[in-house]
Amino acid sequence: MPWIALRMLTGDRVKYFGLIFGIAFSTLLIGQQATLFTNLMLRAASGVFAVSEADIWVMDPKAQGTDATLALPSTALERVRGVPGVLWAVPHLREAGSVRTSEGALERVSVVGVDDATLVGLPSTIVEGARHDLFRRDAIMVDTVGFGKIFPDATSGAGLELELNDRRALIVGRVDTNPTFTAGVIFYTRYSSALGFVPGTRNRMTFVIAKAAPGEDPREVAKRIEARTGLKARERRDWVWDNIGFIASSTGIPFNFGITVLLGIIVGVAIVGLTFSLFIRDNIKQFGALKAIGVTNGGILKMVLTQSVWIAVLGYGLGAAFTAAFIWGTSGTSQFKGFFLPAEIMAGVAVLVFVMVILTGLFAVRGVLKLEPAEVFR
Amino acid sequence: MSAPAPGTRGQTEIAQPAIRIEGITKSFGSGDTRVEVLRGISADIEAGRLTYLVGESGSGKTTLISIIAGILFPDAGRVSLFGTDIYDLSRNDLVRFRLKNIGFIFQQYNLLPTLTAAQNAAVPLIAAGMKRSEAVARGAAVLERLGLGTQANRLPRQLSGGQQQRVAIARALVHEPRLVVCDEPTAALDAASGRRVMELLKDVALGADRAVLIVTHDNRIFSLADRIIGMEDGRITHDGAEAPQEANP
Repeated sequence: MPWIALRMLTGDRVKYFGLIFGIAFSTLLIGQQATLFTNLMLRAASGVFAVSEADIWVMDPKAQGTDATLALPSTALERVRGVPGVLWAVPHLREAGSVRTSEGALERVSVVGVDDATLVGLPSTIVEGARHDLFRRDAIMVDTVGFGKIFPDATSGAGLELELNDRRALIVGRVDTNPTFTAGVIFYTRYSSALGFVPGTRNRMTFVIAKAAPGEDPREVAKRIEARTGLKARERRDWVWDNIGFIASSTGIPFNFGITVLLGIIVGVAIVGLTFSLFIRDNIKQFGALKAIGVTNGGILKMVLTQSVWIAVLGYGLGAAFTAAFIWGTSGTSQFKGFFLPAEIMAGVAVLVFVMVILTGLFAVRGVLKLEPAEVFR
Repeated sequence: MSAPAPGTRGQTEIAQPAIRIEGITKSFGSGDTRVEVLRGISADIEAGRLTYLVGESGSGKTTLISIIAGILFPDAGRVSLFGTDIYDLSRNDLVRFRLKNIGFIFQQYNLLPTLTAAQNAAVPLIAAGMKRSEAVARGAAVLERLGLGTQANRLPRQLSGGQQQRVAIARALVHEPRLVVCDEPTAALDAASGRRVMELLKDVALGADRAVLIVTHDNRIFSLADRIIGMEDGRITHDGAEAPQEANP
């Protein structure tokens, strides 16, 4: 009977393709929006991802994210270094600044000061220049996306100068890192230079980043730091989630994306449910004849489930391909740099689509299940 | 109500009753809208004979054939097909019984439009679990017997009404059922096609242990019947080899 079910389904080309494209569109809508949402949320933590060497972040107790924190006194660094289980700890500065572009416009930037001695905190992928170039006077490295914004026509950054908070800054290279949630341009410089670029009070160190000693659990070490210093210390993954949670709770992004995902589900249910119902209504005589001939309600259910799974597989496959093509096609642009298609999202969308299609199929088939076979004689 | 003794048309050998119906009543609706459609019908129908159920619209003939075919439960009474009280069976057993023992021919054919003629003919065998290729081959073989061998791979929409009806007959016969029930099988056909279809049905569907029961009001084919049961207002009012007078204008 599954074969007959598929022949019935594929024979009605208009409804068959309508069902497949309905599911594909729904999959695209849900998958694409969920992917954009996830990647945007991950940008909230891109400052943490960029510092791969550190597994503990120490900050002011009131800090909520990498871009929402209060400065620490310089003594905090030595206090953290003194906590048992800490292998090393270095200062890390993240502050906002402004830069005057070649056209004379002001651009808001994020200045990241990395450890003078080790350059811990500098992204690992250097696109132009060398790490040691950062030891030059007033040297900065700029992220590739930000560089494109400030110098849209330049192909090389090395040797270019600009005004950063009214001070001369010399670009010595470019680094590859994902944009943060709040800033479009990121400048990396040594911590001591950053203190010069960023005006402020005597407390300007925003973070101490640290590494747990071998054999130590970073989460336990973080707790120990908190107990001994009174500062807030977060293991790296926990800090990622804190950053995501901060952006999610302080913006309307989850709500807006949630509405779109919900719309995707509603559109999917509406298209699939309506088309499936029409398909079954058009074939009600045939289903009735099958029931009279000797196909049980269980057999009819199997037929409809076969049809549901078939269109779900094809529709989801097509929708997933569209989603992947969209993400692949846009991930090279500055707006979507670093965006990827998480397998977990597409697995979740698959479950959602299959449940949606099977439920609408079962809803549509109710009429057939209730149909008395004698109806075919009337 | 009991039917009068059945008549015969050129039959020298009296077949055993294939269908025994006793005291069948059926009504639809309730309260003020309740309509009593069958009022205590009883009859024996023998194998090996072409039996017609005739009557005006609303006389109850379609309801009766539905009950005999096991697709509509009566309010009261018994239906025995080849010795099996079908309404004593569980619902699933009744479905299996139908699948094995009954062939259906519908007025509008109810062929699956996306299956070829041979595939349509094979549906009861596929439903019974037979391998598809084998079932379709048997469907094609039945179509060959019915003179449609060259049309086996055509879709219903590519066939004439008479050809579609022959595909429906092939579907009703492919699993060699013991009872074939037909609802107005010639209603959508011209006189010549209708007669050809009925002659074909008589040739291939009847057997010593097989019965064919036809609901019709098509007096063009009355002469082919071995027995004609007339119904009026939920009762049997005629039973004989000839059609009731009012059915022959």
